[in-house]
Amino acid sequence: MAKLDELQDIVVQTRRDILRMVHKVNSGHPGGSLGCTEFLVALYNEVMDLKEGFDMDGKDEDLFFLSNGHISPVFYSVLARKGYFPVEELNTFRLLNSRLQGHPTTHEGLPGVRVASGSLGQGMSVAIGAALGKKLNGDDKLVYSLHGDGELQEGQNWEAIMYAAGNKVDNLISTIDRNGQQIDGPTEEILPLGNLKEKFEVFGWDVLEVAEGNSLEAIVNALNEAKSRTGKGKPVCIILDTMMGNGVDFMMHTHAWHGKAPSDEQLENALGQNPETLGDY
Amino acid sequence: MTKYIDQGKNDTRSGYGDAMTELGRTNPNVVALCADLIGSLKIQPFIDENPERFFQVGIAEANMMGIAAGLTIGGKIPFASTFANFATGRVYDQIRQSIAYSDKNVKICASHAGVTLGEDGATHQILEDIGMMKMLPGMTVINPCDYNQTKAATLAIADHVGPVYLRFGRPKVANFTPVDQKFEIGKAVMLSEGTDVTIVATGHLVWEALIAAEKLEEQGISAEVINFHTIKPFDEEALLKSVKKTGCVVSAEEHNFLGGLGESVARTLTVHNPTPQEFVATQDTFGESGTPEQLMEKYGLNNKAIEKAVLKVLKRK
Repeated sequence: MAKLDELQDIVVQTRRDILRMVHKVNSGHPGGSLGCTEFLVALYNEVMDLKEGFDMDGKDEDLFFLSNGHISPVFYSVLARKGYFPVEELNTFRLLNSRLQGHPTTHEGLPGVRVASGSLGQGMSVAIGAALGKKLNGDDKLVYSLHGDGELQEGQNWEAIMYAAGNKVDNLISTIDRNGQQIDGPTEEILPLGNLKEKFEVFGWDVLEVAEGNSLEAIVNALNEAKSRTGKGKPVCIILDTMMGNGVDFMMHTHAWHGKAPSDEQLENALGQNPETLGDY
Repeated sequence: MTKYIDQGKNDTRSGYGDAMTELGRTNPNVVALCADLIGSLKIQPFIDENPERFFQVGIAEANMMGIAAGLTIGGKIPFASTFANFATGRVYDQIRQSIAYSDKNVKICASHAGVTLGEDGATHQILEDIGMMKMLPGMTVINPCDYNQTKAATLAIADHVGPVYLRFGRPKVANFTPVDQKFEIGKAVMLSEGTDVTIVATGHLVWEALIAAEKLEEQGISAEVINFHTIKPFDEEALLKSVKKTGCVVSAEEHNFLGGLGESVARTLTVHNPTPQEFVATQDTFGESGTPEQLMEKYGLNNKAIEKAVLKVLKRK
């Protein structure tokens, strides 16, 4: 395992990337991105079995699908820092003629992205399809997916959740980013999700809950535990309790930064809380 | 005019099912998905021979489109099939984002299109699907006319890389195209040459166009009949070459006049060679229950309607 402090350096640099990307174009979704930074850094740098380079078919390597595409800043930063494309390209986020669209897409040929997402609720179905493809190909690698908690309000998820359990898609690990917030407010006020663990379990999934969803150690342990539970006839769900805006004090404990960029002063403050580690792009 | 013989009525969906059986034997990458309509889509033989390559998703079309998109990653060629209404309108955004915008090699295979679905009524009779699908960037849209052509089209789209919408129907209709005619995507088929009027037809209306042309011939009117089995990409050259000769056109389709074949014809003519055109299509309406024949009569989708439209457009030349 990479030393946790090495992962932590990537986390801090990724936070800086996220903040600078959304600040530059005065748009994007920093809150959810910051909340999932530790998860995606750990997944790509410690947990997934990845091949060098990128090809769409992704045979004999683990695959990841981002369903809540609005947290593209963290996805792009993690992909770039992992070497899928030059980190300098983060400068083009949301600009005209960029491969780094507001929401991720394959359409501009950005390495690391295998499906477009942003219109919510579609990613789990795609991940299931990729997982079924791996089984058909005799490929024993795994498929990971990430979903927002508010996103579970989309009905397609429940079609997918039902399908994955009913058809024993047990090479799939789907993580729910339970930050409790959505654009209009707390999920429990907008449309209560109820007991997610019980909901997934009653549909037939093997479920892990992680209370410390912004702890690298807790995340790595949970993902390793989830991996050990694959291949046993059930899809695996990780319910990750995260803090939206994690790592920037004024962006935490609120839904206000779901889709809002920081001002110049706020950026300076936020970056001050996260000193450069691996070098800004 | 060139005469065509009905080799025996058959349904276009059986052309799909029989081609799937063939693809199951010849192309190991082809996989099939269905949303609780195996019998209607005629794919039981494929399932019997390739159970591991079939995915029953249940009554969950949105999930089916997403799973199909995911299956392409790793090299599979998914054929996702259900009724046309549930294969398009119900899942438009899933097709748009996960398939079309994501450049996924998914074949959306849609039976029971149009009013000829019959007694089930308007909830199931989609007349807007060609329009929805042809508006999606990168989507190929095909509406074959009979059993033989549907079978050939199904085989052809397996070799085409990119998303395809293949539209066919429920009732048994005349089967008249040559049994081994190669299907060329985007290439209209000249069925009968003529000099006075061009009839461009797609799907079930192609046979009706041939009947209309015979009746017109008895009146001394020479109609050219072209089968536009592919609506997108649209074979502009075939249309323009014909109207240059005839000077007027009737488009015929089992679809709303908004968004269908007729509109692609009109757009092409407007840009390149403005020409009088009449539309045989539904007039911005939903369907209703009835037999296919009754519905085609009531909604003006048969050879009588085509004949009438020809007589009208000839006066506008």
